[in-house]
Amino acid sequence: MAWIQDLFQPERRQWEDFYRNRWQYDRIVRSTHGVNCTGGCSWEVYVKDGIIVWEMQQTDYPMLEDKLPPYEPRGCQRGISASWYVYSPIRVKYPYIRGPLLDFWREAKQRHDDPVEAWRSIVEDESKRKRYQRARGKGGFRRASWDEVLELIAAACLYTAKRYGPDRLFSFSPIPAMSYLSYAAGSRFTQLFGGASMSFYDWYADLPNQFPETWGDQTDVCESADWYNSKFIVSVGANLNMTRTPDVHFISEARYEGAKFVVVAPDFSQVSKYSDWWIPVKAGEDNAMWMAINHVILKEFHADRTVEYFTDYLTRYSDGPFLIKLDKESDGSAKPGRLLTAGEIERYSGEEHSAWKFLVQDTPSGELRCPKGAVGHHWGSRKGQWNLKLEDSLDDSRIDPQLSFIDRYDELMSVKFYDFAGKRYLRRAVPVRHVLTKDGPVPVATVYDLLFAHYGVSRGLPGDYPTDYNDTVPYTPAWQEPITGIGRETIIRLAREFAANAEKTRGKSMVIIGASANHWYNNNLVYRGPSTALILCGCCGVNGGGLNHYVGQEKLTLAAAWKPVAFANDWLKPPRLQQTPLWHYIMSDQWRYEGEFTEYAPLPNDAKWAKGHAADHVARSVRLGWMPFYPQFNKNPLEVVRDAEQAGAQTPEEITQYVLDELQKGALELSVENPDAPENWPRVWLIWRGNAIQSSAKGHEFFLRHYLGTHHNLIAPERVNGTVRDVKISGKAPEGKMDLVVDINFRMDTSAVYSDIVLPAAFWYEKDDLNSTDLHSFIHNLGKAVDPPWEAKSDYDIFKALAKRVSELAGYAFDGPVKDLVAAPLSANGPDEMAQREIIDWKATGERPVPGRTFPHLKVVDRDYSTLYQKFISFGRKVREDGLTGHNWGPLPIRQFYDELLEYPEGGSPDPRHKRTVSWGGQRYPSLETSLDAANLILHLSPETNGEVCYESFRAKAEDVGVELADLAEGHRSQRLNFGDLKRQPRRTLISPCWSGMTNDGRAYSAWTMMVERLVPWRTLTGRQHLYLDHPYYIDFGENLPTYKPKLDAALIHDITESEQDGNCLRLNYITPHGKWNIHSTYKDNHRMLTLSRGMDPVWLNDKDAARVGIKDNDWVEVYNDNGVVVTRANVSSRVQPGTCLYYHAVERTIYVPKSQLRGRRAGGHNSLTRTRVNPVQLAGGYGQWSYGFNSLGPIGIMTRNTYCLVRKMDKLQWE
Amino acid sequence: MDPRAQVSMVFHLDKCIGCHTCSVACKNIWTDREGAEYMWWNNVETKPGTGYPTRWEDQERYKGGFEQHGDELRLKLQGRMGALANLFFNPYLPTVDEYYEPFDYDYEKLFSAPEGDDQPAVRAKSMISGEYMEIEAGPNWDDDLGGSPVYAKNDPNLEHLTEEERRSLNEIERMVFFYLPRICNHCANPGCVAACPAGAIYKRGEDGIVLIGQDKCRAWRMCISGCPYKKPYFNWKTGKSEKCILCYPRLESGQPPACFHSCVGRIRYLGVLLYDADQIRSAAGAPNERLVDAQREMVLNPFDEQVVMRAKQNGISDDMIEAAQNSPVYKFFKQWKVALPLHPEFRTLPMLFYVPPLQPVQAAIHEVTGAYEIEGTGAAGMAPQFNLILEKARVPIRYLASLFAAGNETLIEDVLKKLVAVRMFKRWQTVVDLKHEEVEQALAYA
Repeated sequence: MAWIQDLFQPERRQWEDFYRNRWQYDRIVRSTHGVNCTGGCSWEVYVKDGIIVWEMQQTDYPMLEDKLPPYEPRGCQRGISASWYVYSPIRVKYPYIRGPLLDFWREAKQRHDDPVEAWRSIVEDESKRKRYQRARGKGGFRRASWDEVLELIAAACLYTAKRYGPDRLFSFSPIPAMSYLSYAAGSRFTQLFGGASMSFYDWYADLPNQFPETWGDQTDVCESADWYNSKFIVSVGANLNMTRTPDVHFISEARYEGAKFVVVAPDFSQVSKYSDWWIPVKAGEDNAMWMAINHVILKEFHADRTVEYFTDYLTRYSDGPFLIKLDKESDGSAKPGRLLTAGEIERYSGEEHSAWKFLVQDTPSGELRCPKGAVGHHWGSRKGQWNLKLEDSLDDSRIDPQLSFIDRYDELMSVKFYDFAGKRYLRRAVPVRHVLTKDGPVPVATVYDLLFAHYGVSRGLPGDYPTDYNDTVPYTPAWQEPITGIGRETIIRLAREFAANAEKTRGKSMVIIGASANHWYNNNLVYRGPSTALILCGCCGVNGGGLNHYVGQEKLTLAAAWKPVAFANDWLKPPRLQQTPLWHYIMSDQWRYEGEFTEYAPLPNDAKWAKGHAADHVARSVRLGWMPFYPQFNKNPLEVVRDAEQAGAQTPEEITQYVLDELQKGALELSVENPDAPENWPRVWLIWRGNAIQSSAKGHEFFLRHYLGTHHNLIAPERVNGTVRDVKISGKAPEGKMDLVVDINFRMDTSAVYSDIVLPAAFWYEKDDLNSTDLHSFIHNLGKAVDPPWEAKSDYDIFKALAKRVSELAGYAFDGPVKDLVAAPLSANGPDEMAQREIIDWKATGERPVPGRTFPHLKVVDRDYSTLYQKFISFGRKVREDGLTGHNWGPLPIRQFYDELLEYPEGGSPDPRHKRTVSWGGQRYPSLETSLDAANLILHLSPETNGEVCYESFRAKAEDVGVELADLAEGHRSQRLNFGDLKRQPRRTLISPCWSGMTNDGRAYSAWTMMVERLVPWRTLTGRQHLYLDHPYYIDFGENLPTYKPKLDAALIHDITESEQDGNCLRLNYITPHGKWNIHSTYKDNHRMLTLSRGMDPVWLNDKDAARVGIKDNDWVEVYNDNGVVVTRANVSSRVQPGTCLYYHAVERTIYVPKSQLRGRRAGGHNSLTRTRVNPVQLAGGYGQWSYGFNSLGPIGIMTRNTYCLVRKMDKLQWE
Repeated sequence: MDPRAQVSMVFHLDKCIGCHTCSVACKNIWTDREGAEYMWWNNVETKPGTGYPTRWEDQERYKGGFEQHGDELRLKLQGRMGALANLFFNPYLPTVDEYYEPFDYDYEKLFSAPEGDDQPAVRAKSMISGEYMEIEAGPNWDDDLGGSPVYAKNDPNLEHLTEEERRSLNEIERMVFFYLPRICNHCANPGCVAACPAGAIYKRGEDGIVLIGQDKCRAWRMCISGCPYKKPYFNWKTGKSEKCILCYPRLESGQPPACFHSCVGRIRYLGVLLYDADQIRSAAGAPNERLVDAQREMVLNPFDEQVVMRAKQNGISDDMIEAAQNSPVYKFFKQWKVALPLHPEFRTLPMLFYVPPLQPVQAAIHEVTGAYEIEGTGAAGMAPQFNLILEKARVPIRYLASLFAAGNETLIEDVLKKLVAVRMFKRWQTVVDLKHEEVEQALAYA
């Protein structure tokens, strides 16, 4: 062809050097992104002339098992855009402070040499306080020096501790796993100070409450390589392309390995394109579908025929054979009640903790037997009883539990099951046995039999059972049709294929579930649908199976060694750890904007506990020790101890008694019961690594009003009047509770814009840190490719500097060491799990509370602010004695390993492989002076990275459990990882007694495989997976069995009562899923991502909805309700379900946001329309798996999905 | 026979997740500079959709590629440009609006705004004029917008569909989209080369990479029109056109191109093809339904001794021959026949091939209950019915045929059958719940 030029000659192509030169660089440094994306990807950061130029993925991951595809390249569109931030115009380069506050401070410093006094003179002057509070968010930043801002912050902290108490200082930073030490620096400072660290996983509504309910565990899931082992994958509310971008290739690879892939999502989401089936269930109604799936599974795989694998699995690994007492009702029917305990029958009445051991019926003998593995065995004095062997804990004899009484029962009893959709009781026959207890004969049924009845599978028994699948009685495939919009044939087929696949593969059916399913009011019930299906089909604890929840980078693989560093347990205990959702609900006064919770979440009115105002439930949960709340008392806890001592109390026990006296007299009050009184306000808020005022702030506009005291777009009225009983309302809700808000950030995000002080943080490529995720089993480093530019410092160095300043100024506030009284809730991982079998609300009954039983623990803690800095930089000896506590187990003995650390020199070189020590006060300690020191210390003490720690821990655990385990660690006793190793290559973590997956020989991590294969119990009451939940709250709320509760009625939520409405408005369910161009709010302002999207965040509308009100693609629209307003543009597509709109979460209100036409001010971000509420059942505590754990138990920051809004086209656009 | 070696490519669309990591990798390294702001040498489009620049596939608008006139193969542009004077005004070039006006923001306002009565927020500014602007277009404007009445609906490939088929793509039962990543095809018969009046564009002899010589380019911009894929871009700062260089500086140092390296969906395959330059003319001129086959014939068997001998005579190195023998592209395109060129009817013989995507099984709204039922769910058995993925695919085969087969639907069906057969076979091997005959049949079919 005449025109084709094939050019070979190099001499004619010398210009080609133009691009070769551009590709040149000086070096590559390994790092990753600390951004809570769950990616945990290893990146190469390219440096040229001392400047970071771009990043590419590392491709040197070690392989797992041969058959598994490789992990690499890991990284996504967002990660590869990160380098844009480094030199971008949105980078925070210097410390900033808002003008009015800076002026006040400089003026006060002129008048007062004492900085604490200077701060007092500002905040105690109401006009000054209001002046700088009103300026929040409205420009006027000025540069200041590090010295000046650190002095101000330190003075504010010390003033607060002295005037109100250290527990008025709050610090928020999310998701440690994304950068372990950047988190730990701030939390270590906070805990040494006596402030409260706020939880995040629950607040982000990422904690799947069903996990602690069913499995007694925060979250434990398979790594993404294990998807490849599955043969049937159902994705529910998880948009894997969007949110598991580096992992989703395993799905396509699994498909070509023969797996079927089903996507359940209301919108044609990105991952739907991958699927074999797309099931557009109506938004928020997934659980109705799973009720019917479980109906089909029970009918066809459990009732019509027996699948031996399934029944054997249920017998060994679930509470299926355990006995539930049936409580007789006046009408002759019965309701399922509590678990029958060993203590109730003669044979076991002498057993230790017999109320905490549970019974099954032994098949051959027909006798009641108590298998090992219950919570009472765990915390008993006899070791080796806490395992899943089917043996009687009394005499080690074999037990063969009876799963069902259907073939041999004493009576068929009519049992009542509440149908929440139909608002009625269904009466269904259940086979029962009458057992002789110390209190006489009691009817009992197995959990398994109750399930059949509840799900409506009759097995030929009489009662309100459906006749077949086409009968619209709960919970048949026909019943769910009008709720979900999905046809019965589809549901039946899905159930059959799912269960048949599990039968053929022995459990390799999997559900991947995500935020969109968890962010509903009844999130725990939504999850209990698939978890029940999986347990019924023997899929949990099997590679390729299980419920795999991926929302948030929660997996701190090295948690055991990290915790004492992060919460200063090496110096003092207990830490103050705040459950954030209930805290914001109360503190930001959102509780005042609603009435009784049953108004929007109706329940049968014969409930004992399940009624009233959620705020009262919160107060009850605090006073019963279920949940923490700081501040603790309406009085400075330092003063409480001082006053107690002045009143003659000397020992901690006497101080405790003094406090109880004062409480009962009414001289002392729990802060939670009067949250709006000034002495109970939070005062200082430290924010770092997160966007606390915008991204996660459900009820953002409430935050602006009640925390910050600045402008807002909130028009919702208060509705609390007369509906609270225990919580006091004092006058008008206060505005501007916070004295000082400090944000540490590398970018000027919304939280920074609204803070008083912004400190310049190092970027992810400018610091040394650790990173792990549940999506893979490697440990990564964040690496310093260049020094932080301008005046930026790493979070670690910032908090170290603050600690130093606080110690230096301590003398201005305190004469010497002080004593603090710390209240701590009834916690998991100890005998607290056996605190409350019954709920004794001492406030109602007038009984004297018992700390550690019916009241939080009270502990006296010594604080010396003058040595806070020294403690910050050294690893205290307390941990040497206490040992470490891991995710799932502890204490791990570490004495010898602590002492090994002391063999290292003082000072030493900053080589990434080295460890160092520091000395002060005549004592030598392992060093925490730099993040590198801290990283190496953690790597040295973690069973996951030090083979000998691993081995010793498994040995100790084996004794506890009573099964062989140490062999698991035998093969890698010589492994030691240090930071230098991580810089060279991603390293896989070792199998660990703190985790439940079996990972030796390259096997993919899958949760609970250690339970199934090594008989280590779950952390539940029975030690098994719980299908039945017998906490009195759960029974009262009707959630003892996995059930269906309807999506909350829009009209009852009262999000839209005051808002302007006319015929040009759409009224839509407002859904804020995770987006494609962002990780939460990060990257929302990134030029690359803005260019590849629409330059901003549009709201996605259904085409027919949009047409109805004349909205066309890219039109400006106003999206609003009483909580606030958003102004954005429309994306119009039929991929969005009618009646809903999607606004991808964590929008910055600073980027391309005009003013609101309706409310006049700058429009808000995604959380301007949301608010937070508390689902009271999730406050349950003090009992078995319902024992408090930070980020592991308690209500989540819900109601994001249960939000409704109005949408209308704008006709006028105003920017300034 | 006149063998040439070409580094060529396969994109497996069934695996593409539409993440655009590839696009950013490319942007960061190559086009993050003045004059190149709007360039995306690698971009990813949502299909059905209009793409970047808008409706680039519409050659009635852009006059790209070649057409067969009797025995003559000529640029579509040629017959239309006429007199030399017209060279200075080319109405077939995409306008800025058809690309997009690159934008930035006044971020610094968040630091510098004086204290006021309301919160400061940043606005968009044009990267061309520096003025405030309203963003109305972007390089990926209709991302994920399947079922859009504005974008998906205006996909030129839908013209071959019936009114009913087009409408149903907006309904929940048929609603669908997938992704189409695009880089320069490094064609065997490049339209850009043919169109360049300055002779600045060439194929590198050793690897077939098409380059615009920055030393010789004279800003005629004919390459932009000549390329039916709109992959050359004009740099307003340097006054030269630029395009994807297949990361030759990386290739030359043993690394895959950045967009391949960064492909998180693991959809990209790179390999050498040997092709017969003597067959370019006949392959490019083949009738529409024969285009793909003709291009396959043009690709030579690297194991054939005759081919190897002639290749060596042409100066192709032993390494390249070995690479051609190990080439995944050869397997995908020539041996397995599961990869197809994008719009072969443009007749540039693109050397980048696509595996068309599978789609979720269609659904129907039940006449009585109004509920959404997936097709085939009432059938007997409990094993997944993989055959329905093909029989009840959401996107009409004709649509895919318009994209990848110049309308030849048989080619698409063949590919999809093979993809399904692999899945059935692997399931049969690992789960054993499919019937042996069923699997045999699928394999035989494929």
